[in-house]
Amino acid sequence: MFTEIGPGMLLEDVAFSATPAAIKETAEKTVEAMTVTRETGKTDKECDWVDHVLRIRDAQDQTAFAELFRHFAPRVKAFLIRSGSDPALAEECAQEVMATLWHKAHLFDPGRASVATWVFTIARNRRIDLIRRQRRPEPEDLPWGPEAEPEPAEVVSLQQETAQLRDAINALPKAQRELIEKAYFGDLSHREIAAQTGLPLGTIKSRIRLALDRLRHAIG
Amino acid sequence: MNEQIKHHLTDALLMGYSAGALPEAFDLMVATHLSLCDDCRARAESFDAVGGVLLEDNQTEIEMDAPSLADTMAMIKQGAPRPRGPEPTPCKILPAPLSAYAGGDLSKVKWRSIGMGVKQAILATSPEATARLLYIPAGAAVPDHGHRGMELTMVLQGAFSDEVDRFGRGDVEIADEDLEHMPVADIGEDCICLAVTDAPLRFNSLMPRLFQPFFRI
Repeated sequence: MFTEIGPGMLLEDVAFSATPAAIKETAEKTVEAMTVTRETGKTDKECDWVDHVLRIRDAQDQTAFAELFRHFAPRVKAFLIRSGSDPALAEECAQEVMATLWHKAHLFDPGRASVATWVFTIARNRRIDLIRRQRRPEPEDLPWGPEAEPEPAEVVSLQQETAQLRDAINALPKAQRELIEKAYFGDLSHREIAAQTGLPLGTIKSRIRLALDRLRHAIG
Repeated sequence: MNEQIKHHLTDALLMGYSAGALPEAFDLMVATHLSLCDDCRARAESFDAVGGVLLEDNQTEIEMDAPSLADTMAMIKQGAPRPRGPEPTPCKILPAPLSAYAGGDLSKVKWRSIGMGVKQAILATSPEATARLLYIPAGAAVPDHGHRGMELTMVLQGAFSDEVDRFGRGDVEIADEDLEHMPVADIGEDCICLAVTDAPLRFNSLMPRLFQPFFRI
């Protein structure tokens, strides 16, 4: 059923330009990285960022926002420039992304995503909207209400996993790391991603099960 | 909850969705499947976490312009931008991302016959790939066809079977050029699917091939 996508799939009549051979492997390496677990990992900073977002949500705290801005805005701008935007547009978009963070602080769920992950998804959607000029369909919201504040233990566990993921990605050989970056910074098409061979579907499971448990918990 | 989904999205598609690398029609397929499948949603969120790490660890030295923070605060004080477009209409068959493209619930879909009782409705997306809803009457078959690109078909109502397996609500069949198949809808209920492809389909008999340029199937 999970049909392997062969290199013969590449067609001239497809608008997506791309050479096959880079990213099924990328997905594979990423999946491996996600399964690696380490004992250590810096989570203090992340706790701090979560706290900043909650301060914005609960008290419209401008000091917290300024600190978040200093950390994330240049990174969003760099991400957009790396994805093909010119610096002026990237500056404008990074500001919009940070403004979105303020306006949507009440939607942030620290049991499901780190602040960096959340900022990434906002920046990615802005990039699709602006640079690729297409809409971004998002999944239906899960049916849980605002009363479903995540358990502190879930928040901590998410932060630990994120730290482990960071360690694992940083431990990748340079070439693999660069491949993953190319995928996320918009340098690989979906065909290039699919054309990578040997994607081990099974290896993703160990890390993923945690995320799934959290989803189910949130629903229940 | 739905009956157990057996046929899921690949890691490559989920990573492509997270990385923002998919054509709009494929994003629509992934978002619709994630609306029905917690399993794939969890996997997709893990791929988002990879994006978060890369964003935060990017070593490129870029600075914001001098008045950037003040400009952003001024933007914030103007209030949140209004959401674009109407809220999607809740629909038992079409999950929210799909109903937004179909113009509302199932009754709003503008079907066009493509012969032998089969109907389709093309959904407006960016041109690199095509998304359409397919309506296959109970017991009917979609003409035997192969594929020149990647085609994903997800069942929304009823079920169909082909040479590969049986597919029920939420199941995605991933077909490429190696697959020639003739999906047949289960006899119990009309089958409605979302199908996306990044290349035109090719049919094996003359009639549908003649119609192909007109109907974009």
